[in-house]
Order: sequence, then C-alpha cells, then structure tokens
Amino acid sequence: MSDTARPAEQPRRRSLIDSLEIDTRLLGMIAAFAVICIAFSVMTDGRFLSARNIFNLSIQTVSVAIMATGMVFVIVTRHIDLSVGALLATCSAVMAMTQKAWLPDYLGLELGHWAIAPVAIIAGLLAGTLIGAAQGWLVGYLTIPAFIVTLGGLLIWRNVAWYLTGGQTIGPLDENFQLFGGINGTLGVTGSWVFGIVAAAVAVWIVFSARRAKLRHEFPVKPLWAEGVLAAGFAALILGFIAIVNAYQVPLGRLRREFEARGEVLPEGYTEGYGLPYSVLLLFVVAVVMTMVARKTRLGRYIFATGGNPDSAELSGINTRFLTVKVFAIMGFLCALSAVVASARLTNHANDIGTLDELRVIAAAVIGGTALSGGLGTIYGAILGALIMQSLQSGMAMVGVDAPFQNIVVGAVLVEAVLLDIAYRVPTVRPKALLFHLIGLPILIFVAFGWLFALIAAIVAVALGFAARQKGML
Amino acid sequence: MVDRTGTPLVEMRDISISFGGIKAVDHVSVDLYPGEVVGLLGHNGAGKSTLIKCLSGAYRKDAGQIFVDGKEVDIQNPRDARTHNIETIYQTLALADNLDASANLFLGREITTPLGFVDDAAMEAETRKIMGRLNPNFRKFNAPVSALSGGQRQSVAIARAVYFNARVLIMDEPTAALGPQETQMVADLINELRKQGLGIFLIDHDVHAVKRLCDRAAVMKNGELVGVVKVDEVTEDDILAMIILGKKPEHLAA
Repeated sequence: MSDTARPAEQPRRRSLIDSLEIDTRLLGMIAAFAVICIAFSVMTDGRFLSARNIFNLSIQTVSVAIMATGMVFVIVTRHIDLSVGALLATCSAVMAMTQKAWLPDYLGLELGHWAIAPVAIIAGLLAGTLIGAAQGWLVGYLTIPAFIVTLGGLLIWRNVAWYLTGGQTIGPLDENFQLFGGINGTLGVTGSWVFGIVAAAVAVWIVFSARRAKLRHEFPVKPLWAEGVLAAGFAALILGFIAIVNAYQVPLGRLRREFEARGEVLPEGYTEGYGLPYSVLLLFVVAVVMTMVARKTRLGRYIFATGGNPDSAELSGINTRFLTVKVFAIMGFLCALSAVVASARLTNHANDIGTLDELRVIAAAVIGGTALSGGLGTIYGAILGALIMQSLQSGMAMVGVDAPFQNIVVGAVLVEAVLLDIAYRVPTVRPKALLFHLIGLPILIFVAFGWLFALIAAIVAVALGFAARQKGML
Repeated sequence: MVDRTGTPLVEMRDISISFGGIKAVDHVSVDLYPGEVVGLLGHNGAGKSTLIKCLSGAYRKDAGQIFVDGKEVDIQNPRDARTHNIETIYQTLALADNLDASANLFLGREITTPLGFVDDAAMEAETRKIMGRLNPNFRKFNAPVSALSGGQRQSVAIARAVYFNARVLIMDEPTAALGPQETQMVADLINELRKQGLGIFLIDHDVHAVKRLCDRAAVMKNGELVGVVKVDEVTEDDILAMIILGKKPEHLAA
C-alpha cells in the first residue's frame, strides 16, 4: 500500500529556508533584531555592539526574559497574568526580609552566614509558587477570569511587598545572593569556555539524535547538509556569545581591590575577562527546561492542547482546571526566580522593584509570537522578544533619545509586531497593513527626521504602492 | 443477527438530565449489545446528544444508572468513560486544531519514554500505521489538524476512538461534514467494527443511513424516548412517523 503511494512523495525543488525547516516567524524576529543591532551600532560608532554593552544587555534582559517564558504558557492557555511585576516585588521583599531581618532576628543567624542566601531563595521560590498556584486555583476552579484575578493580584502583591518591608529599601543583600545579579557573579573565562563547549556539543548531539530517531522510524528527514548547517549555527551562536562575554575585561581598579583583599599585589599587565554571568546561565537553564516542558512532556502537550481547544482538551480527559493551577504556579515560581536576579542586580530590595514589568513581560511574549487567542507560542520567541525590547530601550538611551520617546517607540513596536504577525497569518489583512505602512512610515520619518527624509520616503512609498498595485497586492 | 440473550454491553437506565428547569433527557432507557449498532434518531434538540454525553462523561446525569457488562459504573468525566473503554467521536470532532494528527490521536494518553518524556517518534509511527488502515491517502502527519480537510479531520477523530481498544463507540453524526466517498468509508468502518464485536451508538439525522447501518433504532422527541425498534421490522416511513409524531406506529405498539 505504501509502495504505490511513493510517487506522491517525489522530492520537489525546495528553497533554502524550506530545507532548513526554520520557522519563518523566527527568521523575521532574528532579522528585526539584526536590523536593530546594526542600526544602533552605526549610530553609536560601534559602542552598541561592544563586548561591554552586549554583556550589559544580556544581564538586563534576564529578569523579564525568565518571566516571559512563563507568560508564554499562561497566554497559550488563553489566560493573562497582570500580577507578575507585583509578584516579583513580593518575592523580592520576602527574600530581602528573610536574609536581612527574619533569619538574623528569629534564628540568630549572623549576617553573612552561608545558609542565608539558600534559605532566602527557597523562601522566595516557595512564596512565588504558592501565590501563583492560589491565583491559578481562583481562575481554574472558581472560574474567575484571569484578567480580574491578576489585576487584583497586581494591587495586592505590590502592596504586600510594601507592607512586608514597611516601604524601606532593604540592603545591601547577602553577598552570595548578589552572585545572581550579573556583574557580581560570573563564571570566569575558563569556566565559560567549558560551559560553551559542552553546551555547543549537546546542541549538535540533539540535532543529530532527533534525526536518528526519525530515521529509525523511516520518517522523511531534511538533507544532511541542512542538519549540519543548523547544528553549526547553534554551536557558533553559543560559542560566539561566550567569546564576547569573555572579551569584556574586568576593570583594573576592581582587579586591584580583589588582589588586595587576598593580600596579593596585582601583577603588571594582568587582565581578566568576566565570562558568562550566572544570571544569564540561569536564563539559559530556564529556557532549556521550559522548552523541554513545552515540547517533550505531557504537561506541555496539554497546555498547548487546552489553548488550541479547551473543550476538546477536557473531552480528551485532560483536567484543565488543575492544569490552570499548574500553569500559574510555574508563572509564580519564575517570578520568584526573576526576583532573585532583579534584586541581586540592584544589590538591594527597593519598593518599586518590578514596576511595569507585567507589561514588558506580556509585550516580550507577544512580540515573540505568542498569540493572545491561545494555542500558539514558543519559549525562544519570548526570550528573543525580551531581547528585542531591551535592545531598543538601551539602544535609544545610548543614542540619546528622550525618555518619553523611548517608551512611545517601545509601545509602537509592540503594536507593530502584532500587526505584522496578523498580516502574515491572515491574507485579507495584508493589503490594509501594506497601505497602513506606506502612509504611516513617511509620516513617522517626518516626525523623526524632518521633511527632507520624509519626502524621499513618500516618493519611495508611492513607487512601492504602484508596484504593489501592478502585482495585485493592493 | 445480534444475540440479545446475554448481558448488554451498556445499559442506560432511567437517565434524566435537565438544564435550568428544562428536561433535556427525561427517564430514558437504552441498551446496547456486543456487535450491535443502535441508531439514535430525533429532531434537533430531542436530547440525543445530551443522552450520549452522559455516557461519554461530557455531562453528568441528574438521575439514573449506567451499567457496563451488567455492573453499575459511575461516570463523572471523560476520563472515567475512557477507563471503561467507551470512546466518542463528537460532532465537533473535539480536535485541538493547533496540534498535529498524532498529538491529537494520543491526546491524554501519550506514549512516553522511560524518562517520562512524550515519545513523538513512536506516536507518529503508530499514527502512520492506523491511518494507513483507515485512510491510506492521509499524508499530512506533521501539519496541524487545522490544515486538514473535513474528511481527514474526521479520520483523525475516528482513529483516536478506535486505536485504544474501544468496546463501546459513540458516533455523533460522523458523516455530517463528509462527501459520498468518505461517508461510504465510515459505513464500511462501522460494519468492520461491528464484526469485531464492538457496540456502537450512532447518532444520525439520515433515516436511510440508520436503516442501512443499524440493528435497532431508538427515537427521541422532546427529551423522551418514543420507542426502540428493530430496523428490519419497520419501514423508513414508520421511523419518520416516530420522529415527527412522537408515537410508535400502530402495528408495532403491542
């Protein structure tokens, strides 16, 4: 039976992208990210793509990116979580109070005791997970819309954090705790290379073991060269990033202080690279684990099935109520993890920590291709979304764009990303979206760069408009 | 002929369910023997689907009893129904549109590796096997089911119901969205499954199809059971009369 069907599977000519089987949406995001990087790099004489800035960009992205991976699950199941920034604040407050007040006062642990950081982190993670689960229970079992539960949560947890600390800034945080903040805790050059090589090797192994599994069942596979290109791409990405963070040198003053602290003298000409920050390593682990959960576990399968069609998921015997609790509990856990990174980066807990993070997190997930209608979304997309937003924000700050315009641009980019996504998926929207851009972009250029550039843009737009019309696209 | 001397495979006794004061199903009793196809007929809103959803676990009955192999069972949700090997093909198909065929086929019952991860390759291999039997032209194993045609989606839903050794199969208008060729395919499948000793509840509007495929027909009207008749003993007009008038024909009303 299968033999007679063979001719239907005749190899047809495939384009490069087809052969590589890369998601076109991912490709679009990478292209957008590349454009942003190149543009800012040109405008800042290369400072934007310096080792130092890439290092900073990566540690600034971690907190939002970690939460965005959890938001993917929340949005995929057709819910929303508006409380993540406030929950981050509560977890941060719990951890700060645990290490600075509760452990020293009630258990008599001296400040600086080795157990303080682990106990504080566990307390924070527990708090986050429990609060998340409780919100999930209200949504799943008591059927209150997630929008309402988490909007209430936003007010409640923001102010629980305030109440816990009495509004005070708590710091400086424990030294071991601060290792998760970024610049205060890095793997060092050698450690980073070891990690990078192992990670690259694992990435290559995963690509080829997936291919072997397919071949074992005699499924069609992509050509060997395509797998090779893909594996090499992953490896190059990982090792390239390691090379960059290793190239960022620890300032001489700091090295001198470190040597003095050990009672040594800084040798002449001695240099040291920072290497991979622990916080970025943490994001890497979160990304891998969340991707595994999404693709390789029943939980992930059920999350996507429920998002695609809640009724059919229920009819297939999936306990969608309990699933909702789990999804929000994961979100809460990740908020706590982000709280560790965010407060450690600032070296203290401040009352306004995580303010407006809910919007950044949702925006990152949405820019990363998560559909608010549910059932669609990827972990790597959300992380890339967070990275794009952070790059825009810090790039504009470096170029010297006024603060109000920075936020206006980020807001516009969010709407634009969703518009492009819809235009990509819904053919009937495409002409309208094209027209919108042909009219809108010259106006935008007029506001940003004045009438000369706007005139050029308008002429180009009209030419493109006629070309599109002749091709029947308008 | 179907042997109705033993214990019925499924017996639904005095089932009632109401929604906000309206009795959707009112003291209905139906049974089903191994190797038998029982058609459920009636107007829209007669309560056919509601009755059957009590058996598949989608709804919880207000009153009445359900027996499987003569033993009373408690079906609270679709999971319970599945543990009694009662499988359902819903009118809406109940597929997750964003997932591919094998993810849908195994939804809720994934094959896992020893480490507890879902084994996509093994599931796809099994899917290819069963689809090769049910619908040899099926090719789109890696596309989300939203990209499939009505017939292809139907075959995924059918594959899901028969793959896991179903003993009782509930089909809610399985041919409503199908062309003539695919309808014939479903009819052949029903006959094959019946030979294997499954019991099938078939909800259908098409009296001809019921007359052709079923052993007995149960007719419902306004939530009540009008009567159960052996299709060989009645004409199509008799069945139509039961549906429309809500009365058993004179010559059968013993």
